[in-house]
Amino acid sequence: MLRGLLTLLLFQGIGEAVAQFSGIPIPGPVIGMILLFLALQLRSKGLPFGLGEASHFLIRWLSLMFIPACVGFFFLASIETNQWFAIIGVVVLTTLVTMIATALLMKYVLMKHLLIKQQLKSEVHNQ
Amino acid sequence: MMTAITLTLLLTLTFVAFSIAFWLYGTNKTRPIIHSLLHPLMTAPLMVAAVLLLANIDYQQYRDANQPLFFLLGTATVALAIPLHQQFHNIRTLAKPLLITLAFGATFAIVSALTTAWLLGATIDTLIAIAPKSVTTPIALGIAEKIGADPSLTAGIVVFTGVVGASCGPVLFRWLRITDDRVKGFVLGICAHGVGTARAFEISGKCGAFSSLGLGLTGALTAIALPWIVISVLK
Repeated sequence: MLRGLLTLLLFQGIGEAVAQFSGIPIPGPVIGMILLFLALQLRSKGLPFGLGEASHFLIRWLSLMFIPACVGFFFLASIETNQWFAIIGVVVLTTLVTMIATALLMKYVLMKHLLIKQQLKSEVHNQ
Repeated sequence: MMTAITLTLLLTLTFVAFSIAFWLYGTNKTRPIIHSLLHPLMTAPLMVAAVLLLANIDYQQYRDANQPLFFLLGTATVALAIPLHQQFHNIRTLAKPLLITLAFGATFAIVSALTTAWLLGATIDTLIAIAPKSVTTPIALGIAEKIGADPSLTAGIVVFTGVVGASCGPVLFRWLRITDDRVKGFVLGICAHGVGTARAFEISGKCGAFSSLGLGLTGALTAIALPWIVISVLK
């Protein structure tokens, strides 16, 4: 667990450093995530000791870490009341519609993808 | 200058609110719709905000006290690499359907939000702040800076989008009869970024991995494309 946390912190630091010195508009932790992912893919052995445990622990309490940012929504000043109506309406409506449309599309393309694969398989069998 | 006592109390406030919210969430497991809407991310911030308003405490002060959690959020983001690595064999074979879904979802989120906002009479400033709503907060803030949006408004809209998506998503999936964890996860990641990903990991590890992937790809795609679109449209 301790060694796992140390690995995560190391990659977080590398990610922050890369973000700062390269000027890429991607946040440091996201760069750290990509680098750690690549490192794990390049490693032929299994997960390093403790890394699974540490990541499981942090991800399990991900919601808790979002709370301070969420609270900020109640303290947005300097917006006119009619804009509030537009903002809340837009977010609720379009998030739901986007989720429905995206989910249905993905279900459809996944189904098609599987069908094509099956067809290819049966063609190979027939030859 | 804040004393150590205030700092500790304000950080404890987050943990207490989360514990109550988590308990509330757990006791309603048998009623799926109420269960989803009572997600800790919906109820806990409400409790914290109520306490801050009643006690007349500045949000900035609360934010400063909770800096450790903001930092840990970064560490947890790095940790998303592990489930992604473990599920990669599932992801690699699905590259084409995933990319189609990603391109559609990320574009649709922006276009639908801008059109609806414009129809509801939003000003240009609000429109610009709404555009990056489906992207994880740190990336959205980077985009906001590039396109000249109010950062606190963008952050608020992004978080609100995540909470709406994460709490209503599972209800929608039930309603649409979607049982595939890969679909649930990827859609949560595209539409509700990190908040959706936190929710996806409650469904399953596979769901969470697909959500992490959706979050990362949407963030990268939007960060590259959106500033360019906004600048060319406003011209």
